[in-house]
Amino acid sequence: MNVNISTRFMRIWQRNLTVYKESWKINFLPPLLEPFFYLLAFGIGFSGMIGSVSYGSVQTSYLRFIAPALVAINIMNNAFFENTFGSFVRMYYQKTFDAMMATPLNAEEIITGEIVWGATKAVIGTVIMLIVISFFGLVSYPTGILIVFAAFLGGIAFGSTAMFFTGMVERIELFNLPIFLFITPMFLFSGTFFPLTGLPLWAQYFALVLPLTHLVNLVRALSFGLFNLELLISLGYLIVFCLVMFPLAIFKMRRRLIK
Amino acid sequence: MSDKKIPQPVIVVRNLKKSFGAFTAVNDISFCVEKRLCFGILGPNGAGKTSTIKMIYGFSPLTSGDIFVFGLDIKKQYRIIKARIGVCQQDNTLDPDLTVMQNFEVFARYFDLDKKTAIERALSLLKFFALEQRRDARVTELSGGMVRRLVIARALINQPDLLILDEPTTGLDPQSRHQVWERLESLKKKGMTILLTTHYMDEAARLCDEIVIMDQGKILAQGSPQYLISEYTGKDIIEIAEPEDDLRAFFRAKKMRQEDLGHRLIIYTEEGHKFYREICDRFTHKSCILRSATLEDVFLKLTGRELRE
Repeated sequence: MNVNISTRFMRIWQRNLTVYKESWKINFLPPLLEPFFYLLAFGIGFSGMIGSVSYGSVQTSYLRFIAPALVAINIMNNAFFENTFGSFVRMYYQKTFDAMMATPLNAEEIITGEIVWGATKAVIGTVIMLIVISFFGLVSYPTGILIVFAAFLGGIAFGSTAMFFTGMVERIELFNLPIFLFITPMFLFSGTFFPLTGLPLWAQYFALVLPLTHLVNLVRALSFGLFNLELLISLGYLIVFCLVMFPLAIFKMRRRLIK
Repeated sequence: MSDKKIPQPVIVVRNLKKSFGAFTAVNDISFCVEKRLCFGILGPNGAGKTSTIKMIYGFSPLTSGDIFVFGLDIKKQYRIIKARIGVCQQDNTLDPDLTVMQNFEVFARYFDLDKKTAIERALSLLKFFALEQRRDARVTELSGGMVRRLVIARALINQPDLLILDEPTTGLDPQSRHQVWERLESLKKKGMTILLTTHYMDEAARLCDEIVIMDQGKILAQGSPQYLISEYTGKDIIEIAEPEDDLRAFFRAKKMRQEDLGHRLIIYTEEGHKFYREICDRFTHKSCILRSATLEDVFLKLTGRELRE
């Protein structure tokens, strides 16, 4: 069977949306409350100790500095957790993919639909968060609108990575490994809570390899309304990352599903 | 597809093979399934039944050989084929995140059916399978028998020309099994072609017009249940518990078809009454049973009596 992806992948997306709508009130809560918690902790508790941060040539409040990073982390988490735990449960425990494979859908469409769904969840979360943090005046518009597109791109990047792991792990507990080795370090060392320039040079270079660094750069530049070279490099990086990880995810998952 | 003058089998399987690494699950089998028949694949665990039907419904790629469904090549036209078949897999593949009705709606979308058609068909299928009271229930609230009926009902949402069932009654209580059988029989009456796998002989005898018995990836026998019984065991069976040596010698001398299991002697014969009389008269043996041969006898004779685990 050749790789053959038709727009039928939207059927899987629709299926997940139907389930999502069943409990949308609960699904809306995390992206609504999480920024509040963080802004409270860092904005009131932490930023008094820090004062201002220099971002590029501008001096900015710590809160304004981390707000876009929180959005980026939320994009990563939404897509990554949806396409690891969520997809694994559907594939392994609920046999949802097996049922789909007995219909005109094929494996590639199922995987694509799952990844696009993960990215969609990232977009939904981003929109809710943006509304919240905009009330605190932490986002510049109209460039801030473009963060929604960055969320979709980042969602595809992290969703594909997650799907790649889903194609590999034997048991659901093993997802702790990529979370511990990949997600947590990125959460801390991708220019999220402090500027990368605070790190030794080798660590700065290493951070440039991490996809979250580039998603943070992109979202931060857009929320400050800065169109700079850094933004273009990060955008390019994320596109290339997707172009590599998406086919890899399809490849791994196909080997797992088709027997 | 070109014309309908020549009656064409619904499924043609030719020299089909399936290997998983060094293990050969299906080893060069061929058979045809004719229209409007119920065709059963029987075999012990690990015989290759599920591997075979997974290839037929386009789930697994073929290692070698050919499969044509509705005259179309599964390797090339799997989408058209899959749109025209209904599949009831061994596992419960219902969506536990959704209600009974939503399961139909979501599944119908996979076949590109619009919502109105989906709801109409779902309601009539729920009625047919005696599930209309449970349309708003969560799938997780249903009993095992209801789940199985619902899986079959959902497989019919696209009004398939061929229904494929992988062990449709495994794990069900007798009442639920009979419920499922009745629905399948009435589908058959309506002209549905059915392909099923099972390891229940009573199920195969009741539902199937044609049977293949598989073991270790090969087809051992094929035919109608009546044909298989007369061909492989004969009409009657005499079972003797704890046979004495002179009784053994008597049957050995007659050169009759028999199986000596040590504590039990099984005689396959066309003249059960005659021999039963003779045993009673000459040997006064108490634990001797005369009964009609069943598919189970054929099955055990062909596939042996060792455990498959």
